[in-house]
Amino acid sequence: MTATITRKGLKVALFATCANDLMFPQSPIATVELLERLGCRVEFPEEQTCCGQIFTNTGYYDEAMGSVKNYLKAFEKYEFIVGPSGSCVGSVRHQHEMLARRDAGDAIGDRVAAVAARTYDISEFIVDVLGITDVGAYFPHRVTYHPSCHSVRVAKVGDKPLQLLKAVRGITVLDLPNSEQCCGMGGTFSLKNPDMSMAMAGDKARNVASTGAEYLVAGDNLCLLNISGVLNRTRAGIKPIHLVEILARTEGGN
Amino acid sequence: MSTDVSRGSRARHDAEPARRTPAPPAGDLIDSPRFQEAVKVALANQQQRANLRHATTTIRGKRARVVAELDNWQELRQAGEQIKTRVGRHMPDYLLQFEENFTKAGGVLHWARDAEEANRIVIDLVRQTGEDELVKVKSMVTQEIDMNEALEAAGIAAWETDLAELIVQLGHDRPSHILVPAIHRNRAEVREIFLEEMGRYGTPAPEGLDDEPAHLAAAARTHLRNKFMRAKVSTSGANFLVAETGSLVVVESEGNGRMCLTLPQTLISVVGIEKLVPTFDDLEVFLQLLPRSSTGERMNPYTSVWTGVTPGDGPQAIHLVLVDNGRTKALADPIGRAALRCIRCSACLNICPVYERAGGHAYGSVYPGPIGAILNPQLRGTASEVDRSLPFASSLCGACNEVCPVRIPISDLLVHERHKVVEAKKADPPHIPHTAEPQLIKAASWVMADHKHLEWAGLGTMMGSVVLGKMLGIEKFGAMPAPLSRWTSARDVPMLPEQTFRRWWKQNRGDQK
Amino acid sequence: MNAKDEILARVRMALRDVPTGEIEADAPIDWQYGQPVEVGDVLDIFAERVADYKAAVVRCSQAKVPEAIVQGLQAAKVTSVVVPPGLDDGWRQAITQSGMQLHVEQPEAPLTNTELNEIDAVVTAAAVGTAETGTIMLDHTADQGRRALTLVPDVHICVVRADQVVSGVPEAVARLKPAVLAGQPLTWISGGSATSDIELSRVEGVHGPRTLHVIIAE
Repeated sequence: MTATITRKGLKVALFATCANDLMFPQSPIATVELLERLGCRVEFPEEQTCCGQIFTNTGYYDEAMGSVKNYLKAFEKYEFIVGPSGSCVGSVRHQHEMLARRDAGDAIGDRVAAVAARTYDISEFIVDVLGITDVGAYFPHRVTYHPSCHSVRVAKVGDKPLQLLKAVRGITVLDLPNSEQCCGMGGTFSLKNPDMSMAMAGDKARNVASTGAEYLVAGDNLCLLNISGVLNRTRAGIKPIHLVEILARTEGGN
Repeated sequence: MSTDVSRGSRARHDAEPARRTPAPPAGDLIDSPRFQEAVKVALANQQQRANLRHATTTIRGKRARVVAELDNWQELRQAGEQIKTRVGRHMPDYLLQFEENFTKAGGVLHWARDAEEANRIVIDLVRQTGEDELVKVKSMVTQEIDMNEALEAAGIAAWETDLAELIVQLGHDRPSHILVPAIHRNRAEVREIFLEEMGRYGTPAPEGLDDEPAHLAAAARTHLRNKFMRAKVSTSGANFLVAETGSLVVVESEGNGRMCLTLPQTLISVVGIEKLVPTFDDLEVFLQLLPRSSTGERMNPYTSVWTGVTPGDGPQAIHLVLVDNGRTKALADPIGRAALRCIRCSACLNICPVYERAGGHAYGSVYPGPIGAILNPQLRGTASEVDRSLPFASSLCGACNEVCPVRIPISDLLVHERHKVVEAKKADPPHIPHTAEPQLIKAASWVMADHKHLEWAGLGTMMGSVVLGKMLGIEKFGAMPAPLSRWTSARDVPMLPEQTFRRWWKQNRGDQK
Repeated sequence: MNAKDEILARVRMALRDVPTGEIEADAPIDWQYGQPVEVGDVLDIFAERVADYKAAVVRCSQAKVPEAIVQGLQAAKVTSVVVPPGLDDGWRQAITQSGMQLHVEQPEAPLTNTELNEIDAVVTAAAVGTAETGTIMLDHTADQGRRALTLVPDVHICVVRADQVVSGVPEAVARLKPAVLAGQPLTWISGGSATSDIELSRVEGVHGPRTLHVIIAE
């Protein structure tokens, strides 16, 4: 039943992300447990904080540099950096280099680009680096998957999360109508454009509810927070869960 | 001569003669409210939301089907990007080459620094013909410079001939979409507008007109036929200017464009300087990209190409007004200039979840949607409330990046424009009223620059949440005070966990090092 | 400074980070121009795609073209026809013999717009046909006539020779370039006039000819 491990004993640095650290610790915990089960040695560089996109995407480039430099300090010595968030990983890969070059020129820019290139979303790391799609998980429930915008269009994880999800034993993956449309979270967008954000979240929640799923799955907890906030308010009874928490569950396990 | 086209003269006076054309809504677009305020009105308009959802869903499906037919779509997009990048980076060469070839072919070229100058040139040209009316091909730049109102103030009636523009003009309305300006209207609304207004400005709608789109289109055909037949002057925009040959290209569907470009004696085209392509061969790229991206067709019904004056065929007086009106400001930004690649296909509007719900009017400009959220602050600056709010009118979902036929990195440019707004705020705080945002961001930035700060902040928030939860005996937060109330007004937010990941790691894996 | 000089100065100032000259090296274009596209049988696809626009398509031999023209005109129930001065004599005679009122455009005494508006149909040749998009391209030389001829009458019967049909837009653009360099205008026609301006639902027939009838001469 155990999956084929092609690169056993790989040392992996966990990029927990600030939101997961403070608000959703169960996701990085599941990431640690899953990676260890797949034979990796996980380290958590404690200097890490945040990808900085809350600053970058609000237009505060100077203020994002603290996060960029800190990321470099925390992760530069690692070959594989893995995080349970397409959005944060996407920001590291897509924005850090631009910010660094703008702020401090090419010297730090090259280093930042190099470390960014070694940063993976958990789904990519398992499928592309470990070469696994069946992680030996067990989750006997009906789920539907929301491909978060930044995981698909910035980190470009493609259908890897779905490959992993569909290989889980006991699971039923239901198609989410209009799945590719944004849930309206968008970081500070939800604060700056609250009415629009709510309209988008409401439509997304309706689509989720229409699937008849027990669980809504995504690779980004803030999108789940946004959509489940509406689902909870409307008493839809659909529980949010991060992809990695499903992948971490085994038959007879947690 | 220039004074009578100025904005001020548009104020209604009792003594002023009656208007020739239907009046648009009062006020200037630049004075529009901030996007997030305008959106409240749009979101409450259930009819408009239904119209837009239907229309954008339809067009998205059509586009996806015809794009999937081409194996080399990505190569075409790259070619579109590269050609437009070449034009942008070497514009003086292409402007001069175009001028030489266009002039050699008998065209008369005029240059306009801004909207006022462009309008003045058009008015002068129309007056020289002795005419007091013209027919118009749909054109974004003439909307941008508000040409119809300048003409009206000068006593010249400009008749819109594109069906959607006709609906907007007769409806005393403003366009809300680049390609389908009346996308916010449904068939029943169009019928009402035609029955009510057509007779006031020409051939009335037939009695008993129903709301079948084919019948509505037929009513427009009848209404405009007489105007086409008698028109001596027309105006157009152009989708492309070909430097190598001096040709203009107009891409359209209904044949109203061909009417305007062919039947009158004088044709005045008003075109932005960024519309250039280097060679005629380049059209093989753009005439594949544009129709599939905009109307979702393999090819639009009609494309017209003309090169100056053709003896015995079409207008014998051919003018072109080349307009800057802020484009050189956009060009001066090495990152932002990518937006000038835009070929106005509107694929980014149609795919945008924000546009789909907001509609075009909320953007306070003739350029709505993701591309408008970039172009408007670039062309108009960030002095107005609406232009400062537009770069933030996006969740940065990135759907627009994938459909743009010239690969404009729209999300990146939105972030870039946000940065420019923030820099302006920082540089001139008393001039630009703002919230406590810069201070909050500064504090958060301090937290994120060092993990110890983050731990303290986390601990504080966590304890606050736990204590509050225990005191209130609740497991989730409902309504919260501002600014979080913006978030919790319709969402429930779970309580923060009692333990951060960082603490879990210390307790469970902390001995590893 | 006049407007032209000022705009050019602004453009040059805006682009002061860009090296001048060496355009190809500074902004390369990787596209291969003028390539045929893979569509299978060019004539079959052309016929199919023209018909997709709800235009009538008839395929016949060169010899049968006059007959096909008359049949097309009769099907559209027209009584008056205008043709460009350079239209094939045989086609012209067939129309005359069918009893329809024929007007041959005289460049030195062209019809007014209003006169043209009174005529039911126009018959022309074409310059190029494009299979992939189902497009007919006119370069308005003598067998197609000035642009108004193929615009104002409500029925357009257009004869495209098999050797004029190319695979896709790139080949078509290459074929049309000499005409443009000679100063000819172009009109590309893909089906009858249409609009999608009301609820994005396509309606055939607005200002241009509402009936497009294409004869492919093989």
